[in-house]
Amino acid sequence: MNRIKYIMSLRNSFHQGRIIILVPVGFILIGYIIYPGVLVLWESLFRDGVFGLGNYSEFFNIEHPSYIEGLLNSILVSVGSVLISALIGVPLGIIFTHYNFPGRALFSKLAMLPIALPPLVGVLAFLYLYSESGMVPRLIQEFLGLDHVPFSLDGVWAVLLVHGYTMYVFFYLFTAAALKNIDPAINEAAQNLGASSWYRFRKITFPLLIPAFVGATLLVFMTSMNSFSAPFIFGGGVRFLSLNIYTSKLNGDMAMAVTQTVILSTLSIGFLFLMRFLEGRRHYTMGTKGISVFRNEIQGRWRRLSLGATGIVMVVVLLLPHLTILLLSFVQDGTWTYQVFPTIFTGDNYSRLFQDPQVWEPIRNSLSMALISTGADVLIGVGVAYVVVKGTFRGRKILDALVMVPWALPGTVVAINLIVAFSQGTPFSFGQVLVGSFWLLPIAYFIRHLPIVFRASSAAFRQIDSSLEEAARNLGAGWFYSFRRITLPLIGPGVLAGTLLAFVTALGEFVASILLYVYDNRPIAIEILSHLRQFNIGSAAAYGVLLLLLVSVVLIASNYISRDTAQRSLS
Amino acid sequence: MAKVTLNQITKSFDEVPVVRNISLEVADGEFFSLLGPSGCGKTTILRMIAGFTSPSSGKVFFDDKDVTNIPVDQRNTGMVFQNYALFPHLTVFENVAFGLRTRKFSSSEILERVTNSLILVGLGGLEQRPVPQLSGGQQQRVALARAIVIEPDLLLLDEPLSNLDAKLRIETRDQIRELQSQLGITTIYVTHDQEEALAVSDRITVMEKGECCQIDRPDVIYRVPANRFVAKFMGNMNVLTGQTKSKKGNVFFQLANGLNIPLPETTKVLKNPVYLALHPHIIKLSQIEGKDDVEGVVTARQFKGASIEFSIDVNGLSFQVVKNTEESILSIQPGETVWLHIPGDQAIILKS
Repeated sequence: MNRIKYIMSLRNSFHQGRIIILVPVGFILIGYIIYPGVLVLWESLFRDGVFGLGNYSEFFNIEHPSYIEGLLNSILVSVGSVLISALIGVPLGIIFTHYNFPGRALFSKLAMLPIALPPLVGVLAFLYLYSESGMVPRLIQEFLGLDHVPFSLDGVWAVLLVHGYTMYVFFYLFTAAALKNIDPAINEAAQNLGASSWYRFRKITFPLLIPAFVGATLLVFMTSMNSFSAPFIFGGGVRFLSLNIYTSKLNGDMAMAVTQTVILSTLSIGFLFLMRFLEGRRHYTMGTKGISVFRNEIQGRWRRLSLGATGIVMVVVLLLPHLTILLLSFVQDGTWTYQVFPTIFTGDNYSRLFQDPQVWEPIRNSLSMALISTGADVLIGVGVAYVVVKGTFRGRKILDALVMVPWALPGTVVAINLIVAFSQGTPFSFGQVLVGSFWLLPIAYFIRHLPIVFRASSAAFRQIDSSLEEAARNLGAGWFYSFRRITLPLIGPGVLAGTLLAFVTALGEFVASILLYVYDNRPIAIEILSHLRQFNIGSAAAYGVLLLLLVSVVLIASNYISRDTAQRSLS
Repeated sequence: MAKVTLNQITKSFDEVPVVRNISLEVADGEFFSLLGPSGCGKTTILRMIAGFTSPSSGKVFFDDKDVTNIPVDQRNTGMVFQNYALFPHLTVFENVAFGLRTRKFSSSEILERVTNSLILVGLGGLEQRPVPQLSGGQQQRVALARAIVIEPDLLLLDEPLSNLDAKLRIETRDQIRELQSQLGITTIYVTHDQEEALAVSDRITVMEKGECCQIDRPDVIYRVPANRFVAKFMGNMNVLTGQTKSKKGNVFFQLANGLNIPLPETTKVLKNPVYLALHPHIIKLSQIEGKDDVEGVVTARQFKGASIEFSIDVNGLSFQVVKNTEESILSIQPGETVWLHIPGDQAIILKS
């Protein structure tokens, strides 16, 4: 009986043109996500050609603790990152949502600044700001006339600081969003029943924020486990799991590289499903209409002034990395050595970007690879979103989960998976060996950023009332016509925002690139790294500013797009 | 239980006055309604009594105690919010127990009181349900139980029925009234629905644009409105502009279109233009001309079941007439010429 229903639903899908989407989607998801993952798992079970758990016992071997040490450090740093991010993000979220003071709107937007830093660029800024030869410690040393720098960032603490700076945004956004969803009448009801403000926070606000905290905690933990750039630049002698995979691969120990890849992916996917489970469980929404956020006006001259001053300090701290990159981009290569601040400035770094073909080439590479990968993301992402949201066939939940898996997978894992899968010809690559070719990198970008386009598209599809499409069909439009005239214009803005985000993220991609690039397709981030190694600070920073600008433009644009869409919706 | 006094309350938001110089007194145990269209300031008054906002000027008294500057959590009022404002992460029991816990009741007493109040509102046995799973009517009653379980001096209801469907609204309305008289608790009820206010209140204050138009018993407000706004809002009355005149001992009301409506001889003749208010059901309607009748044309007809509502044009003035559904009335159709008899002795003369 169920079987018949299933076949009927498939036939139904066929009639609605959905099978046309399902076949290529299945081919690509199996070929580029499932197959490489499974192959890596399979290879991890062979040590020196012997089938078994040899690699895993080597990993957990206490006598050679370098592997297990990497895992433990990663976990420790992730816990620390969660704590630091929460400590910064939660109070900011509460202050910006519940209190009103001059400049609130501006500060609440500036608090998102860390998002606009591509991973490697951000780490670079921190290096020149806070490391031993960084500007801030050197400035304090000069100022106080000390023999040594008063502090310098290195190792675990540096990684933690970078993580705190970039990841508190998750806590900030989640807290602010959750607070905005709490009906102010609930607080008033508690007040009316005799609850003091501390009691209200403890019994009402805090419990209602817990789901947001859980979400942000998992997200930060996962991002931090997967983080590569900060440990790579600042890690020094400290071992991290993601970094260990990279070094194992460099040392030619593929067996241990794949084993650690399996362990890291298991953790990441575990976290992904834990998050989805918790997201589905805790839902406190009760159909209350017209929630308005009520903000307390901060009263009193001194309190307003002190809050304003705190705000300015905060903005400076948040903007410092961006400004640093900007400053560095004008430094003439090789002129900044022992001075606290650079002294010789030039605009050459920028003019070279567009005039010197050698300098332009990485940009061209990144642009073309980002274009290819984003194009594929749109085709597959929109297609899958359509069948997942509008489809009725069984298995669409699995499809939904599968497309989101790369979102949890670290770039390192994606890269290792692809290397293992395409070091020989496969049906999925039409018999071609992709390792060492131009194509592996765009494929990695495609996989990594597919979830961005998918999420944006499925959110857009969800907002369309299915009665709109039905009305079009009822008026005599065919499936394709109603898709083209009704659905497409309505999802357009949302999909565009996701596409732009995927595009700029691909432009600045570093983690998978460092494992997969070849000289002919070296992307911007790799070029930044090699300039850094040659102490060409100015050239590296000029690339960084270019990326920063592109990301900012896209973020501002998608902000406008989503606002326009909100104004246009009927309900 | 308490008596509530508002003394010359004014409230402005950003210099815009929303409540202007309101003074009123609610007696101990009274069911008192604040009635008016949206934006008239009724909810603002309720929130000032609860203590969520403080008046720009004026004072609030509970009994003889000035509570104007006493914080919300120390006023001992129980409030039911328009959207109920139930705590979504707590069970029915914990929602109702909330106010008892802030008051540091012992757990045995909490158990007893919560159980009793849930039985009182007809929700016994649902203690452990999460509130999002309840229906709208059940959520409303949890909100009510939460407000009364603390035995407040004052029960404040902010449009508590507006989220319920029509039938449930009447049922719950009667339940609230019954509960109130049973507990003898002073109650202030905010609503925009005049029928609701008429049905449950001991007294009503009708408000417009932040001002108080009339405070009185429901029947008085309905029959003898204080001004044109109350006449229109409460009884959907016909309000006509004109002047009282007398000629040869006969007093009559002269309308702008030349129509004269005879008034009782005892009516005072006033110099200034005044208004005449007529309930739509006192105007007689006939297809045959009678003595003192005026001619009109039916422009619209709305069948309401037990009654029929007509709009009738008399010389350029539109009259609303409501008649019980009867054979003689049913046949009257739009476009038809009819005869109106306007009983001037049942009309009310309004100066404003």
